[in-house]
Amino acid sequence: MQPMTTEQIRALIARGKLKDTLFQAIGILCLGIGLLVIFLLVGDMLMRGMERLNIEFFTEFASRRASQSGILSAWVGTLLVMLVTAAAAVPLGVAAGIYLEEYAKRNWVTDIIEINITNLAAVPSIVYGLLALGIFVYTFGFGQSILSAGLTLALLILPIVIVATREAIRSIPAMIREGSMAVGATRWQTCRYHIIPYAMPGILTGVIIGLARAIGETAPIITIGALTFIAFLPPAPFAPTGMDGATAGMFDWVMSPFTVMPIQIFNWTSRPDPAFEVNAAAAGFVLMGMVLSMNAVAIWLRYRMRKNIKW
Amino acid sequence: MQTHDSPQLKAEARDFNFFYGQAQALKKINMPIYDKKVTALIGPSGCGKSTYLRSFNRMHDLYPGNRYEGEIRFYPDNTNLLSPEVDPIEVRMRVGMVFQKPNPFPKTIYENVAYGLRVRGENNKRVLDEKVENALRGAAIWEEVKDRLQDLAPNLSGGQQQRLCIARALATDPELLLFDEPTSALDPIATGAIEELVHELKKRVTILIVTHNMQQAARVSDYTAYMYLGEMVEFGKTDEIFIKPKDKRTEDYITGRMG
Repeated sequence: MQPMTTEQIRALIARGKLKDTLFQAIGILCLGIGLLVIFLLVGDMLMRGMERLNIEFFTEFASRRASQSGILSAWVGTLLVMLVTAAAAVPLGVAAGIYLEEYAKRNWVTDIIEINITNLAAVPSIVYGLLALGIFVYTFGFGQSILSAGLTLALLILPIVIVATREAIRSIPAMIREGSMAVGATRWQTCRYHIIPYAMPGILTGVIIGLARAIGETAPIITIGALTFIAFLPPAPFAPTGMDGATAGMFDWVMSPFTVMPIQIFNWTSRPDPAFEVNAAAAGFVLMGMVLSMNAVAIWLRYRMRKNIKW
Repeated sequence: MQTHDSPQLKAEARDFNFFYGQAQALKKINMPIYDKKVTALIGPSGCGKSTYLRSFNRMHDLYPGNRYEGEIRFYPDNTNLLSPEVDPIEVRMRVGMVFQKPNPFPKTIYENVAYGLRVRGENNKRVLDEKVENALRGAAIWEEVKDRLQDLAPNLSGGQQQRLCIARALATDPELLLFDEPTSALDPIATGAIEELVHELKKRVTILIVTHNMQQAARVSDYTAYMYLGEMVEFGKTDEIFIKPKDKRTEDYITGRMG
Protein backbone atom coordinates (compact mmCIF):
# COMPACT_ATOMS: atom_id res chain seq x y z
CA MET A 1 0.00 0.00 0.00
CA GLN A 2 1.16 3.49 -0.87
CA PRO A 3 1.82 5.69 2.15
CA MET A 4 -0.92 8.30 2.45
CA THR A 5 -0.25 11.93 1.70
CA THR A 6 -0.88 14.52 4.37
CA GLU A 7 -4.02 15.66 2.49
CA GLN A 8 -5.39 12.12 2.44
CA ILE A 9 -4.77 11.69 6.17
CA ARG A 10 -6.50 14.97 6.90
CA ALA A 11 -9.48 14.06 4.71
CA LEU A 12 -9.76 10.72 6.50
CA ILE A 13 -9.73 12.36 9.92
CA ALA A 14 -12.29 14.94 8.78
CA ARG A 15 -14.66 12.15 7.67
CA GLY A 16 -14.23 10.38 10.98
CA LYS A 17 -14.79 13.58 12.94
CA LEU A 18 -17.98 14.29 11.02
CA LYS A 19 -19.44 10.99 12.22
CA ASP A 20 -18.26 11.80 15.73
CA THR A 21 -20.15 15.07 15.66
CA LEU A 22 -23.20 13.43 14.13
CA PHE A 23 -23.42 10.77 16.80
CA GLN A 24 -22.88 13.31 19.52
CA ALA A 25 -25.81 15.33 18.22
CA ILE A 26 -28.07 12.27 18.10
CA GLY A 27 -27.02 11.29 21.60
CA ILE A 28 -27.76 14.72 23.03
CA LEU A 29 -31.12 14.72 21.28
CA CYS A 30 -32.12 11.33 22.75
CA LEU A 31 -31.00 12.36 26.20
CA GLY A 32 -32.86 15.64 25.83
CA ILE A 33 -36.13 13.91 24.94
CA GLY A 34 -35.99 11.73 28.03
CA LEU A 35 -35.10 14.59 30.35
CA LEU A 36 -37.68 16.90 28.78
CA VAL A 37 -40.51 14.44 29.38
CA ILE A 38 -39.55 14.07 33.03
CA PHE A 39 -39.31 17.81 33.52
CA LEU A 40 -42.65 18.33 31.81
CA LEU A 41 -44.34 15.75 34.03
CA VAL A 42 -42.90 17.11 37.25
CA GLY A 43 -43.43 20.69 36.15
CA ASP A 44 -47.02 20.02 35.17
CA MET A 45 -47.74 18.38 38.53
CA LEU A 46 -46.13 21.27 40.34
CA MET A 47 -48.13 23.86 38.39
CA ARG A 48 -51.41 22.12 39.01
CA GLY A 49 -50.77 21.27 42.62
CA MET A 50 -48.98 24.48 43.60
CA GLU A 51 -51.95 26.14 45.29
CA ARG A 52 -52.27 23.23 47.72
CA LEU A 53 -48.60 22.94 48.64
CA ASN A 54 -48.54 24.59 52.04
CA ILE A 55 -47.88 23.48 55.61
CA GLU A 56 -51.50 22.46 56.20
CA PHE A 57 -51.29 20.03 53.31
CA PHE A 58 -48.73 18.07 55.32
CA THR A 59 -50.37 18.42 58.71
CA GLU A 60 -54.01 17.72 57.86
CA PHE A 61 -55.76 14.42 57.36
CA ALA A 62 -57.74 13.70 54.21
CA SER A 63 -61.16 15.35 54.23
CA ARG A 64 -64.36 15.42 52.25
CA ARG A 65 -63.59 18.95 51.21
CA ALA A 66 -60.69 19.12 48.77
CA SER A 67 -59.36 22.42 49.99
CA GLN A 68 -59.04 21.17 53.56
CA SER A 69 -57.55 17.81 52.67
CA GLY A 70 -54.00 16.95 53.59
CA ILE A 71 -51.60 14.03 53.31
CA LEU A 72 -50.64 13.60 56.94
CA SER A 73 -51.75 9.98 57.30
CA ALA A 74 -50.39 9.18 53.83
CA TRP A 75 -46.85 10.43 54.25
CA VAL A 76 -46.57 9.07 57.77
CA GLY A 77 -47.92 5.73 56.50
CA THR A 78 -45.47 5.71 53.62
CA LEU A 79 -42.52 6.42 55.91
CA LEU A 80 -43.53 3.72 58.38
CA VAL A 81 -44.15 1.13 55.67
CA MET A 82 -40.73 1.95 54.17
CA LEU A 83 -39.19 1.51 57.59
CA VAL A 84 -40.64 -1.99 57.92
CA THR A 85 -39.71 -2.78 54.32
CA ALA A 86 -36.09 -1.77 54.84
CA ALA A 87 -35.86 -3.53 58.19
CA ALA A 88 -37.03 -6.77 56.59
CA ALA A 89 -35.44 -6.59 53.13
CA VAL A 90 -31.95 -5.44 54.11
CA PRO A 91 -30.93 -8.27 56.46
CA LEU A 92 -32.62 -10.93 54.32
CA GLY A 93 -31.30 -9.66 51.02
CA VAL A 94 -27.78 -8.89 52.21
CA ALA A 95 -27.39 -12.23 53.97
CA ALA A 96 -28.73 -14.10 50.94
CA GLY A 97 -26.43 -12.19 48.61
CA ILE A 98 -23.39 -12.84 50.80
CA TYR A 99 -24.26 -16.50 51.04
CA LEU A 100 -24.60 -16.86 47.28
CA GLU A 101 -21.34 -15.05 46.55
CA GLU A 102 -19.10 -16.20 49.37
CA TYR A 103 -20.38 -19.54 50.61
CA ALA A 104 -22.55 -21.34 48.06
CA LYS A 105 -20.85 -23.95 45.93
CA ARG A 106 -21.24 -23.44 42.21
CA ASN A 107 -23.54 -26.22 41.08
CA TRP A 108 -26.94 -26.73 39.49
CA VAL A 109 -28.79 -25.86 42.68
CA THR A 110 -27.22 -22.43 42.85
CA ASP A 111 -27.80 -22.02 39.11
CA ILE A 112 -31.51 -22.62 39.64
CA ILE A 113 -31.59 -20.24 42.59
CA GLU A 114 -29.85 -17.63 40.50
CA ILE A 115 -32.33 -17.93 37.64
CA ASN A 116 -35.20 -17.74 40.08
CA ILE A 117 -33.93 -14.58 41.70
CA THR A 118 -33.85 -12.95 38.28
CA ASN A 119 -37.38 -14.23 37.69
CA LEU A 120 -38.57 -12.95 41.05
CA ALA A 121 -37.51 -9.46 40.09
CA ALA A 122 -39.84 -9.71 37.10
CA VAL A 123 -42.93 -10.95 38.96
CA PRO A 124 -45.71 -8.34 38.65
CA SER A 125 -46.23 -6.54 41.92
CA ILE A 126 -49.93 -7.44 42.07
CA VAL A 127 -48.92 -11.08 42.38
CA TYR A 128 -46.91 -10.21 45.47
CA GLY A 129 -50.05 -8.54 46.74
CA LEU A 130 -52.08 -11.71 46.27
CA LEU A 131 -49.40 -13.79 47.93
CA ALA A 132 -49.21 -11.39 50.86
CA LEU A 133 -52.99 -11.32 51.24
CA GLY A 134 -52.95 -15.07 51.71
CA ILE A 135 -49.86 -15.33 53.88
CA PHE A 136 -49.37 -12.16 55.91
CA VAL A 137 -52.93 -10.92 56.19
CA TYR A 138 -54.78 -14.20 56.79
CA THR A 139 -52.41 -17.05 57.63
CA PHE A 140 -50.14 -15.04 59.93
CA GLY A 141 -53.03 -12.86 61.00
CA PHE A 142 -51.17 -9.56 60.58
CA GLY A 143 -54.33 -8.05 59.12
CA GLN A 144 -54.43 -4.95 56.98
CA SER A 145 -51.54 -3.42 58.82
CA ILE A 146 -48.31 -1.54 58.26
CA LEU A 147 -46.54 -4.79 59.03
CA SER A 148 -48.30 -6.67 56.23
CA ALA A 149 -47.62 -3.87 53.76
CA GLY A 150 -43.99 -3.52 54.78
CA LEU A 151 -43.32 -7.24 54.49
CA THR A 152 -45.06 -7.39 51.11
CA LEU A 153 -42.94 -4.60 49.71
CA ALA A 154 -39.88 -6.22 51.30
CA LEU A 155 -40.57 -9.35 49.26
CA LEU A 156 -40.97 -7.18 46.22
CA ILE A 157 -37.59 -5.51 46.55
CA LEU A 158 -35.74 -8.53 47.93
CA PRO A 159 -34.42 -9.55 44.49
CA ILE A 160 -33.15 -6.00 43.93
CA VAL A 161 -31.29 -6.05 47.23
CA ILE A 162 -29.84 -9.50 46.58
CA VAL A 163 -28.65 -8.59 43.11
CA ALA A 164 -27.18 -5.29 44.33
CA THR A 165 -25.38 -7.10 47.14
CA ARG A 166 -23.92 -9.66 44.78
CA GLU A 167 -22.81 -7.03 42.29
CA ALA A 168 -21.16 -5.04 45.06
CA ILE A 169 -19.37 -8.13 46.36
CA ARG A 170 -18.20 -9.10 42.90
CA SER A 171 -16.58 -5.74 42.41
CA ILE A 172 -14.21 -6.47 45.32
CA PRO A 173 -10.96 -7.77 43.80
CA ALA A 174 -10.08 -11.41 44.48
CA MET A 175 -6.70 -10.31 45.82
CA ILE A 176 -8.38 -8.60 48.78
CA ARG A 177 -10.21 -11.79 49.69
CA GLU A 178 -7.02 -13.82 49.21
CA GLY A 179 -5.08 -11.33 51.31
CA SER A 180 -7.52 -11.83 54.14
CA MET A 181 -7.66 -15.61 53.86
CA ALA A 182 -3.86 -15.80 53.62
CA VAL A 183 -3.38 -14.58 57.20
CA GLY A 184 -5.63 -17.37 58.41
CA ALA A 185 -9.03 -15.70 58.47
CA THR A 186 -12.19 -17.75 58.25
CA ARG A 187 -14.75 -16.99 55.63
CA TRP A 188 -16.92 -15.20 58.14
CA GLN A 189 -14.02 -13.07 59.39
CA THR A 190 -13.29 -12.16 55.79
CA CYS A 191 -16.96 -11.20 55.27
CA ARG A 192 -17.19 -9.34 58.53
CA TYR A 193 -13.99 -7.28 58.22
CA HIS A 194 -13.76 -6.88 54.46
CA ILE A 195 -16.54 -8.06 52.19
CA ILE A 196 -19.45 -6.43 54.01
CA PRO A 197 -17.79 -3.06 54.71
CA TYR A 198 -16.38 -2.75 51.20
CA ALA A 199 -19.66 -3.82 49.58
CA MET A 200 -21.70 -1.47 51.77
CA PRO A 201 -21.84 1.51 49.39
CA GLY A 202 -23.14 -0.71 46.60
CA ILE A 203 -25.56 -2.48 48.91
CA LEU A 204 -26.96 0.79 50.24
CA THR A 205 -27.41 2.09 46.72
CA GLY A 206 -29.34 -1.05 45.83
CA VAL A 207 -31.46 -0.81 48.95
CA ILE A 208 -32.41 2.78 48.23
CA ILE A 209 -33.18 2.02 44.59
CA GLY A 210 -35.39 -0.80 45.85
CA LEU A 211 -37.10 1.45 48.38
CA ALA A 212 -37.63 4.09 45.71
CA ARG A 213 -39.43 1.48 43.69
CA ALA A 214 -41.44 0.26 46.68
CA ILE A 215 -42.51 3.74 47.72
CA GLY A 216 -44.59 4.15 44.58
CA GLU A 217 -46.18 0.69 44.59
CA THR A 218 -49.94 0.83 44.76
CA ALA A 219 -51.28 -2.47 43.51
CA PRO A 220 -49.96 -4.86 46.19
CA ILE A 221 -50.89 -2.42 48.96
CA ILE A 222 -54.45 -2.15 47.68
CA THR A 223 -54.59 -5.92 47.35
CA ILE A 224 -53.78 -6.48 50.99
CA GLY A 225 -56.47 -3.97 51.82
CA ALA A 226 -54.92 -0.69 52.81
CA LEU A 227 -57.64 1.82 53.55
CA THR A 228 -58.07 4.84 51.36
CA PHE A 229 -59.39 7.08 54.09
CA ILE A 230 -57.55 7.24 57.38
CA ALA A 231 -58.06 10.10 59.77
CA PHE A 232 -55.70 9.04 62.51
CA LEU A 233 -52.04 8.21 62.90
CA PRO A 234 -50.62 4.89 64.06
CA PRO A 235 -49.93 4.96 67.81
CA ALA A 236 -46.51 6.37 68.58
CA PRO A 237 -44.40 4.18 70.88
CA PHE A 238 -45.41 4.68 74.52
CA ALA A 239 -48.05 7.24 73.63
CA PRO A 240 -51.02 7.33 76.02
CA THR A 241 -53.95 5.44 74.55
CA GLY A 242 -56.77 6.26 76.91
CA MET A 243 -57.96 7.80 80.14
CA ASP A 244 -56.69 4.98 82.35
CA GLY A 245 -53.06 5.86 81.75
CA ALA A 246 -52.34 2.92 79.46
CA THR A 247 -49.66 3.51 76.88
CA ALA A 248 -48.99 2.03 73.48
CA GLY A 249 -46.24 -0.55 73.21
CA MET A 250 -43.00 0.07 71.38
CA PHE A 251 -44.21 -1.63 68.23
CA ASP A 252 -47.96 -1.23 68.37
CA TRP A 253 -47.81 0.97 65.31
CA VAL A 254 -46.86 -1.92 63.04
CA MET A 255 -50.31 -3.46 63.51
CA SER A 256 -52.14 -0.25 62.80
CA PRO A 257 -54.30 0.35 59.70
CA PHE A 258 -52.70 2.85 57.38
CA THR A 259 -52.70 4.51 54.04
CA VAL A 260 -49.79 5.48 51.80
CA MET A 261 -49.09 8.23 49.29
CA PRO A 262 -49.91 6.41 46.06
CA ILE A 263 -53.20 5.18 47.46
CA GLN A 264 -54.10 8.68 48.58
CA ILE A 265 -53.30 9.95 45.11
CA PHE A 266 -55.28 7.19 43.46
CA ASN A 267 -58.20 7.93 45.76
CA TRP A 268 -58.20 11.61 44.87
CA THR A 269 -57.94 11.10 41.14
CA SER A 270 -60.99 8.84 41.19
CA ARG A 271 -63.20 11.53 42.82
CA PRO A 272 -65.69 13.33 40.54
CA ASP A 273 -64.91 16.76 42.05
CA PRO A 274 -62.07 18.26 39.94
CA ALA A 275 -60.78 20.12 43.00
CA PHE A 276 -59.36 16.83 44.23
CA GLU A 277 -57.19 16.63 41.14
CA VAL A 278 -55.27 19.57 42.51
CA ASN A 279 -54.68 17.55 45.68
CA ALA A 280 -53.59 14.57 43.61
CA ALA A 281 -51.10 16.68 41.66
CA ALA A 282 -49.72 18.20 44.83
CA ALA A 283 -49.38 14.79 46.49
CA GLY A 284 -47.78 13.41 43.33
CA PHE A 285 -45.23 16.17 43.50
CA VAL A 286 -44.51 15.39 47.14
CA LEU A 287 -44.08 11.69 46.30
CA MET A 288 -41.64 12.61 43.53
CA GLY A 289 -39.79 14.74 46.03
CA MET A 290 -39.56 11.79 48.42
CA VAL A 291 -38.15 9.52 45.71
CA LEU A 292 -35.68 12.10 44.48
CA SER A 293 -34.44 12.89 47.96
CA MET A 294 -33.94 9.17 48.61
CA ASN A 295 -31.85 8.97 45.45
CA ALA A 296 -29.92 12.02 46.53
CA VAL A 297 -29.17 10.36 49.86
CA ALA A 298 -28.01 7.25 47.98
CA ILE A 299 -25.63 9.26 45.84
CA TRP A 300 -24.27 11.16 48.83
CA LEU A 301 -23.79 8.00 50.88
CA ARG A 302 -22.04 6.23 48.05
CA TYR A 303 -19.74 9.16 47.50
CA ARG A 304 -18.93 9.43 51.20
CA MET A 305 -18.22 5.75 51.68
CA ARG A 306 -16.35 5.13 48.43
CA LYS A 307 -13.89 7.88 49.21
CA ASN A 308 -12.17 5.59 51.67
CA ILE A 309 -12.35 2.41 49.67
CA LYS A 310 -9.87 1.91 46.89
CA TRP A 311 -7.64 -0.91 45.88
CA MET B 1 21.71 -34.43 48.24
CA GLN B 2 21.46 -34.22 52.02
CA THR B 3 25.03 -33.81 53.13
CA HIS B 4 26.40 -33.15 56.56
CA ASP B 5 26.45 -29.38 56.05
CA SER B 6 22.82 -29.27 54.92
CA PRO B 7 20.64 -27.24 57.25
CA GLN B 8 17.48 -28.54 58.83
CA LEU B 9 14.40 -29.23 56.77
CA LYS B 10 11.43 -26.90 57.19
CA ALA B 11 9.24 -28.52 54.58
CA GLU B 12 9.45 -31.14 51.92
CA ALA B 13 7.31 -31.90 48.87
CA ARG B 14 6.94 -35.61 48.22
CA ASP B 15 5.55 -36.88 44.93
CA PHE B 16 3.35 -33.84 44.82
CA ASN B 17 0.85 -33.63 41.96
CA PHE B 18 -1.64 -30.82 41.45
CA PHE B 19 -4.70 -30.67 39.22
CA TYR B 20 -6.88 -27.81 38.03
CA GLY B 21 -9.94 -29.90 37.28
CA GLN B 22 -8.67 -32.51 34.82
CA ALA B 23 -5.53 -30.63 33.86
CA GLN B 24 -2.42 -31.67 35.73
CA ALA B 25 -0.45 -28.56 36.55
CA LEU B 26 2.31 -30.04 38.72
CA LYS B 27 3.94 -33.41 38.17
CA LYS B 28 5.57 -35.45 40.84
CA ILE B 29 7.43 -32.73 42.59
CA ASN B 30 10.01 -33.68 45.18
CA MET B 31 11.84 -30.88 46.84
CA PRO B 32 13.24 -29.91 50.23
CA ILE B 33 12.85 -26.46 51.77
CA TYR B 34 15.51 -25.67 54.32
CA ASP B 35 14.91 -23.89 57.58
CA LYS B 36 15.79 -20.17 57.70
CA LYS B 37 16.97 -20.19 54.10
CA VAL B 38 15.66 -18.49 50.99
CA THR B 39 14.56 -20.87 48.26
CA ALA B 40 13.80 -19.39 44.85
CA LEU B 41 11.45 -20.92 42.29
CA ILE B 42 12.34 -19.95 38.75
CA GLY B 43 11.08 -21.01 35.36
CA PRO B 44 9.24 -19.67 32.31
CA SER B 45 5.69 -18.33 32.52
CA GLY B 46 3.13 -21.06 33.02
CA CYS B 47 5.63 -23.57 34.40
CA GLY B 48 3.62 -23.94 37.59
CA LYS B 49 5.86 -22.11 40.04
CA SER B 50 3.04 -19.92 41.37
CA THR B 51 0.71 -22.90 41.49
CA TYR B 52 3.31 -24.74 43.51
CA LEU B 53 3.85 -21.80 45.85
CA ARG B 54 0.12 -21.37 46.45
CA SER B 55 -0.12 -25.00 47.50
CA PHE B 56 1.95 -24.29 50.61
CA ASN B 57 -0.82 -22.22 52.17
CA ARG B 58 -3.67 -24.14 50.52
CA MET B 59 -4.76 -21.09 48.53
CA HIS B 60 -6.18 -23.45 45.92
CA ASP B 61 -8.81 -24.57 48.43
CA LEU B 62 -10.57 -21.24 47.90
CA TYR B 63 -11.63 -22.26 44.42
CA PRO B 64 -13.59 -25.30 43.35
CA GLY B 65 -12.22 -28.13 41.23
CA ASN B 66 -8.63 -28.09 42.48
CA ARG B 67 -7.02 -31.25 43.73
CA TYR B 68 -3.77 -32.15 45.47
CA GLU B 69 -2.03 -35.51 45.43
CA GLY B 70 1.01 -36.47 47.43
CA GLU B 71 2.39 -34.61 50.40
CA ILE B 72 4.02 -31.45 51.54
CA ARG B 73 5.56 -32.34 54.89
CA PHE B 74 5.99 -29.50 57.35
CA TYR B 75 8.54 -29.73 60.14
CA PRO B 76 9.28 -30.01 63.02
CA ASP B 77 5.85 -31.56 63.63
CA ASN B 78 5.80 -33.55 60.38
CA THR B 79 2.30 -32.37 59.39
CA ASN B 80 1.18 -33.02 55.84
CA LEU B 81 -0.02 -29.57 54.77
CA LEU B 82 -2.11 -31.06 51.99
CA SER B 83 -3.95 -33.62 54.06
CA PRO B 84 -7.74 -33.21 53.92
CA GLU B 85 -7.71 -33.63 57.70
CA VAL B 86 -5.58 -30.52 58.10
CA ASP B 87 -7.68 -27.37 58.06
CA PRO B 88 -6.42 -24.89 55.44
CA ILE B 89 -6.91 -22.13 58.01
CA GLU B 90 -4.48 -23.87 60.35
CA VAL B 91 -1.99 -24.02 57.47
CA ARG B 92 -2.43 -20.32 56.68
CA MET B 93 -1.90 -19.45 60.34
CA ARG B 94 1.56 -20.98 60.10
CA VAL B 95 2.46 -20.04 56.52
CA GLY B 96 2.30 -16.37 55.52
CA MET B 97 2.07 -15.01 52.01
CA VAL B 98 2.99 -11.89 50.08
CA PHE B 99 1.32 -11.45 46.72
CA GLN B 100 2.45 -10.36 43.31
CA LYS B 101 0.57 -7.10 43.38
CA PRO B 102 0.55 -5.28 46.71
CA ASN B 103 -2.90 -5.89 48.17
CA PRO B 104 -3.29 -3.78 51.29
CA PHE B 105 -6.82 -3.63 52.64
CA PRO B 106 -8.61 -0.31 52.23
CA LYS B 107 -8.14 0.32 55.94
CA THR B 108 -5.58 2.16 58.01
CA ILE B 109 -1.93 1.15 58.02
CA TYR B 110 -2.35 0.04 61.62
CA GLU B 111 -5.40 -2.11 60.93
CA ASN B 112 -3.70 -3.77 57.97
CA VAL B 113 -0.93 -5.06 60.18
CA ALA B 114 -3.15 -5.77 63.17
CA TYR B 115 -5.59 -7.79 61.08
CA GLY B 116 -3.85 -11.14 61.38
CA LEU B 117 -3.70 -10.67 65.16
CA ARG B 118 -7.36 -9.70 65.37
CA VAL B 119 -8.24 -12.80 63.38
CA ARG B 120 -6.49 -14.75 66.11
CA GLY B 121 -8.65 -13.07 68.72
CA GLU B 122 -6.08 -10.55 69.97
CA ASN B 123 -7.83 -7.35 71.02
CA ASN B 124 -5.53 -6.04 73.72
CA LYS B 125 -4.44 -2.61 72.55
CA ARG B 126 -1.01 -2.80 74.19
CA VAL B 127 -0.21 -6.17 72.66
CA LEU B 128 -1.48 -5.03 69.26
CA ASP B 129 0.51 -1.79 69.39
CA GLU B 130 3.68 -3.64 70.21
CA LYS B 131 3.28 -6.36 67.61
CA VAL B 132 2.26 -3.89 64.91
CA GLU B 133 5.38 -1.85 65.61
CA ASN B 134 7.60 -4.93 65.58
CA ALA B 135 6.13 -6.14 62.32
CA LEU B 136 6.51 -2.74 60.68
CA ARG B 137 10.13 -2.58 61.91
CA GLY B 138 10.69 -6.09 60.61
CA ALA B 139 9.43 -5.02 57.21
CA ALA B 140 11.69 -1.93 57.27
CA ILE B 141 8.82 0.51 56.92
CA TRP B 142 8.37 1.68 60.52
CA GLU B 143 10.35 4.90 60.13
CA GLU B 144 8.29 5.89 57.10
CA VAL B 145 4.87 5.30 58.62
CA LYS B 146 5.22 5.63 62.38
CA ASP B 147 3.67 9.12 62.38
CA ARG B 148 0.72 8.19 60.22
CA LEU B 149 -0.44 4.78 61.32
CA GLN B 150 -4.05 5.93 61.00
CA ASP B 151 -3.67 6.89 57.32
CA LEU B 152 -5.27 4.68 54.72
CA ALA B 153 -2.87 2.05 53.43
CA PRO B 154 -3.78 2.40 49.73
CA ASN B 155 -2.39 5.95 49.85
CA LEU B 156 1.14 4.59 50.31
CA SER B 157 3.46 4.15 47.33
CA GLY B 158 3.62 0.75 45.65
CA GLY B 159 6.89 -0.23 47.32
CA GLN B 160 5.62 0.88 50.72
CA GLN B 161 2.39 -1.04 50.16
CA GLN B 162 4.34 -4.19 49.45
CA ARG B 163 6.45 -3.77 52.57
CA LEU B 164 3.24 -3.16 54.50
CA CYS B 165 1.93 -6.46 53.13
CA ILE B 166 5.13 -8.10 54.33
CA ALA B 167 4.56 -6.53 57.76
CA ARG B 168 1.00 -7.87 57.72
CA ALA B 169 2.35 -11.35 57.09
CA LEU B 170 5.12 -10.97 59.70
CA ALA B 171 2.83 -9.75 62.47
CA THR B 172 1.63 -13.27 63.17
CA ASP B 173 5.11 -14.83 63.22
CA PRO B 174 4.75 -17.29 60.36
CA GLU B 175 7.16 -20.20 60.16
CA LEU B 176 7.30 -20.06 56.38
CA LEU B 177 6.79 -16.97 54.25
CA LEU B 178 5.72 -17.28 50.62
CA PHE B 179 6.54 -14.53 48.12
CA ASP B 180 4.77 -14.69 44.78
CA GLU B 181 6.84 -12.47 42.46
CA PRO B 182 6.74 -9.72 45.08
CA THR B 183 8.59 -7.14 43.03
CA SER B 184 7.03 -7.57 39.61
CA ALA B 185 4.80 -4.52 40.12
CA LEU B 186 7.55 -2.35 41.61
CA ASP B 187 10.22 0.01 40.33
CA PRO B 188 13.93 -0.88 40.68
CA ILE B 189 14.46 1.10 43.88
CA ALA B 190 11.46 -0.46 45.64
CA THR B 191 12.60 -3.82 44.30
CA GLY B 192 16.03 -3.32 45.85
CA ALA B 193 14.43 -2.53 49.20
CA ILE B 194 12.33 -5.70 49.09
CA GLU B 195 15.34 -7.84 48.14
CA GLU B 196 17.35 -6.42 51.00
CA LEU B 197 14.43 -7.12 53.29
CA VAL B 198 14.20 -10.75 52.14
CA HIS B 199 17.86 -11.11 52.94
CA GLU B 200 17.26 -9.70 56.41
CA LEU B 201 14.14 -11.76 57.06
CA LYS B 202 15.72 -15.14 56.58
CA LYS B 203 17.30 -14.78 60.00
CA ARG B 204 13.89 -15.35 61.49
CA VAL B 205 11.72 -17.09 58.91
CA THR B 206 12.04 -19.62 56.11
CA ILE B 207 11.33 -18.05 52.73
CA LEU B 208 10.06 -19.47 49.48
CA ILE B 209 10.05 -16.97 46.65
CA VAL B 210 8.78 -17.17 43.10
CA THR B 211 10.57 -14.87 40.73
CA HIS B 212 10.83 -14.49 36.98
CA ASN B 213 13.89 -12.39 37.42
CA MET B 214 16.96 -14.62 37.47
CA GLN B 215 19.28 -11.94 38.78
CA GLN B 216 16.91 -11.61 41.68
CA ALA B 217 16.99 -15.33 42.33
CA ALA B 218 20.78 -15.25 42.22
CA ARG B 219 20.91 -12.25 44.55
CA VAL B 220 18.49 -13.28 47.25
CA SER B 221 18.33 -17.05 47.39
CA ASP B 222 20.37 -19.80 48.99
CA TYR B 223 18.67 -22.54 47.02
CA THR B 224 17.06 -22.45 43.62
CA ALA B 225 14.60 -24.76 41.92
CA TYR B 226 14.09 -24.62 38.18
CA MET B 227 10.63 -25.65 37.05
CA TYR B 228 9.48 -26.35 33.55
CA LEU B 229 6.06 -27.50 32.32
CA GLY B 230 4.91 -28.49 35.79
CA GLU B 231 8.02 -30.47 36.61
CA MET B 232 10.86 -29.82 38.99
CA VAL B 233 13.79 -29.99 36.62
CA GLU B 234 16.58 -29.13 38.96
CA PHE B 235 17.08 -28.15 42.56
CA GLY B 236 20.30 -27.15 44.23
CA LYS B 237 22.34 -24.47 45.90
CA THR B 238 21.85 -21.23 44.04
CA ASP B 239 25.49 -20.72 43.11
CA GLU B 240 25.73 -24.27 41.77
CA ILE B 241 22.54 -23.91 39.72
CA PHE B 242 23.73 -20.67 38.21
CA ILE B 243 27.35 -21.61 37.66
CA LYS B 244 27.11 -25.20 36.52
CA PRO B 245 23.56 -26.42 36.03
CA LYS B 246 23.33 -30.16 35.58
CA ASP B 247 20.31 -30.16 33.31
CA LYS B 248 20.47 -28.86 29.75
CA ARG B 249 17.01 -27.22 30.14
CA THR B 250 18.11 -25.29 33.20
CA GLU B 251 21.21 -24.12 31.44
CA ASP B 252 19.20 -22.98 28.40
CA TYR B 253 16.87 -21.01 30.64
CA ILE B 254 19.41 -19.27 32.79
CA THR B 255 21.67 -18.43 29.87
CA GLY B 256 18.68 -16.83 28.16
CA ARG B 257 18.24 -19.26 25.32
CA MET B 258 14.73 -19.93 26.42
CA GLY B 259 12.12 -18.20 28.46
